[in-house]
Amino acid sequence: MGQQGPLLSIDHISKEFYGNVVLNDVSFELKAGEILGLVGENGAGKTTLMHILFGMPVIADTGGFKGRICIDGQEVSFSSPFDALDAGIGMVHQEFSLIPGFTTTENIVLNRESMKPSILNDVFGDRMSILDRQDMKKRAEAAIEKLGVKLDPDMLVSEMPVGHKQFTEIAREITRSKTRILVLDEPTAVLAESEAEVLLKALRKLASLGIAIIFISHRLHEVTEVADRVVVLRDGIAIKDTPVAGVSVRDIASWMVGRSVATERVSEGEAREFGPEILSVEHLWVDMPGETVRDVSFSVRKGEILGFGGLAGQGKLGIPNGIMGLFQAGGVVRLHGKDVPLNEPRTALEIGMAFVSEDRRGVGLLLDESLKWNIAFTAMQIQGKYLKTILGGLFRIRDEAEMRKLTEEYIAMLDVKCTSPSQKAKELSGGNQQKICLAKAFAVKPDLLFVSEPTRGIDVGAKKLVLDTIHRYNRDYGTTIVMVSSELEELRSICDRIAIVDEGKIAGILPPTAELPEFGLLMSGLGANGSQEDLSA
Amino acid sequence: MRSAKQFVTDFGWPRIIIFIFLVLLFVAAPFFRVRIDASISDVLNRFGQNGLFVLAMVPMIQAGCGLNFGLSLGIIAGLIGSTLSVQFGLLGVFGFFGAVGLSVPFAVFFGWLYGLLLNKVKGEEMTIAMYVGFASVMFMCIMWLILPFNGPTMIWGYAGKGLRTTITIEGFYRHFLNDFLAVRIGDSFVFPTGMLLFVGFCAFLMWLFLRTKTGTAMTAVGSNPDYARASGISADKMRTISVIISTVLGAAGIIVYQQSYGFIQLYTAPLAMPFAAVAAILIGGASVNKASMVNVLVGAFLFQGLLTMTPSVINSALQTDISEVVRIIVSNGIIIYALTRKTKVTK
Ligand SMILES: Nc1ncnc2c1ncn2[C@@H]1O[C@H](COP(=O)(O)OP(=O)(O)OP(=O)(O)O)[C@@H](O)[C@H]1O
Ligand SMILES: [Mg+2]
Repeated sequence: MGQQGPLLSIDHISKEFYGNVVLNDVSFELKAGEILGLVGENGAGKTTLMHILFGMPVIADTGGFKGRICIDGQEVSFSSPFDALDAGIGMVHQEFSLIPGFTTTENIVLNRESMKPSILNDVFGDRMSILDRQDMKKRAEAAIEKLGVKLDPDMLVSEMPVGHKQFTEIAREITRSKTRILVLDEPTAVLAESEAEVLLKALRKLASLGIAIIFISHRLHEVTEVADRVVVLRDGIAIKDTPVAGVSVRDIASWMVGRSVATERVSEGEAREFGPEILSVEHLWVDMPGETVRDVSFSVRKGEILGFGGLAGQGKLGIPNGIMGLFQAGGVVRLHGKDVPLNEPRTALEIGMAFVSEDRRGVGLLLDESLKWNIAFTAMQIQGKYLKTILGGLFRIRDEAEMRKLTEEYIAMLDVKCTSPSQKAKELSGGNQQKICLAKAFAVKPDLLFVSEPTRGIDVGAKKLVLDTIHRYNRDYGTTIVMVSSELEELRSICDRIAIVDEGKIAGILPPTAELPEFGLLMSGLGANGSQEDLSA
Repeated sequence: MRSAKQFVTDFGWPRIIIFIFLVLLFVAAPFFRVRIDASISDVLNRFGQNGLFVLAMVPMIQAGCGLNFGLSLGIIAGLIGSTLSVQFGLLGVFGFFGAVGLSVPFAVFFGWLYGLLLNKVKGEEMTIAMYVGFASVMFMCIMWLILPFNGPTMIWGYAGKGLRTTITIEGFYRHFLNDFLAVRIGDSFVFPTGMLLFVGFCAFLMWLFLRTKTGTAMTAVGSNPDYARASGISADKMRTISVIISTVLGAAGIIVYQQSYGFIQLYTAPLAMPFAAVAAILIGGASVNKASMVNVLVGAFLFQGLLTMTPSVINSALQTDISEVVRIIVSNGIIIYALTRKTKVTK
């Protein structure tokens, strides 16, 4: 772009939470039409920096920040996100901020609804205008069009698959005519690769219209692909600010963690031996909004790692959610040859299954409670662990000391960045919250573990750690694992077999060594149905 | 310095300001010839009388049912128990525990129905609770008139039937707890040891309960019902349990109140009581979905302290008897303040 001055400059920003320094003298600039990739390990301070930029109340509530933010050379200070919106900053948060009971259209044009004057206007003024639904829909469709995706303008948010929610959020931000700076905090974390591709294309289009974009992602290849410049945060310090040209994913990764990172396959390619069949599923259907499962049959042998892949919205997420009883389901599920009653979460847990949900803030965490609680809760409720008797056996109460020990163990194992086991879950960064969700399921020591999107929002270094941990549980405790993920690479790195789900059915099952185009073919719904034979291979 | 700052943030400015105000009132009191010893005695007494009502707020807040504006339902169960106890002529220790014992089955039953109702109106609990409270009080206004009680001290003398608005429990269980191990100093200071011990014991039981498996599950339901469900907990069941416990505490609370006050108050008397308890726990620093024993004790003490001291000091200062007016202004003022201060936590 031209040689004009920076649109946005972040000037010597520092921030601490109760003495815990999370940003230390961070400065960078952003020009109109530029895409800046902001990367860093979990807890490096990316989200915090964006919260400061957007005037989020949580910053002021925790003691404000040091430094200046300038737009067009003018210092700005936002006391609320509304000021930031007025100044032309749009933000897509790491966690969704849509209204579940509203449709796509309503969410996109929220607060900027099209109005039609009604007769009451003459008497009562503008507030009595009626909504021009036709026009609203047109505007929403235009925004969706601009993104180049397929969304139903009339679908309720509560019924959407996550990927659609993400696009709805982005559409909302770009319909604001004033938006000049767009901040996207891990927008692709919930998207399948093909969808992420669409999003990146849309970003490039927006940038060419002169919008400056800050793009945060842990998928570093996306950053190298789309960004013009990359800023790397490590422990709150901006240690690198460089044009992307000529920079490789590996470079960025090593800047992030301060050492070089290996990206080899986790399992050693040893010959794997499995026990007898542990889980068999026949004709499962699950009524999970946006992830409907129509008719799925498969079986898993003891000690195996089975992966489920496929595009978002095709039903892969519905499978574990249905088996664990979180959504209405039907069909036959047998664990160790015994029928598993469906739609009863408690029974599912009691007979030795556990689940790491993809919906970390919705069902995954007790945000207002301590890490101790979050990790020990399920094991306590289902197995009566972490309780002690007092007053001569009269009462059984929580054993805080044991809970602390357990939590410390997992904090060390998964390298969770936190101040203590008593810290509240909501105070952790997104990736560290994800690790807590995993720890909760591990603490139950299940026979069969379902993990949904286990590395969502987790940085490159920690990703390996998480996959290694899953793999180690599988090897050391013989835990059978069913893993659902949008990232094919991740599935291929640890699974023994990978099933691709398409339109609520299994399109085919492939070994991890199969060629990429074979997976692609199954995902696109073009896979031959011939591969159904090797279902229980 | 750091810890002082931490203390202030933890404890909260509103509480510190109210506390300082209360201390100032105590300091000012002697200048207006208000007796300090009598005042302190009064505050302690009121603290004990209302302690259980404030405590009754805790389980429902923790389970995510919000503030129990329908505490009147529990109070009514307590009134049924206490009138029955008097009717049966139970005296002293039998009178008190008889009243509690007789009221518990009613409280459990009412609480269960009330819980079922609240499970049907998730998100609107507090509004519905308010209606339940009012409706039940109004319904009982009729019942008190027509129920076949016939103790001579209880019914209207002229009509020969229908319960009086206030029934004395002199000779039954008046001051049963207050006088237990009571410490008298001079002629206007009494330390109501028994009552405070009883309240303290109940608070301890609640503290323990919140640490049990069920108590933990209940708190988790309040924090995130979806998380709890995914961990195999039935949110509806936990919520119902919390409502039942709250209602039982309301029932026991009114009986503790009566033994100190000396009378059973019927008809519309239970109407305003939930509001005072709600205000107290909010002043104590609880939010709509988190409450601790500290919130209960601090809140009950500050609220009752203000309620006792402000009218008596202002009264003496102005040398007129407007104490009732001041009391109403202060109590409703605090309630409004507290309700506007209620904070929500992350969902
Ligand atoms: N409200 C809060 N109170 C206390 N500490 C907080 C709060 N919010 C964030 N932190 C801490 O600040 C640090 C930076 O968090 P931030 O969310 O900015 O990380 P991030 O770079 O976005 O990481 P991720 O990639 O995992 O999303 C973390 O260590 C986190 O624990
Ligand atoms: Mg983040």
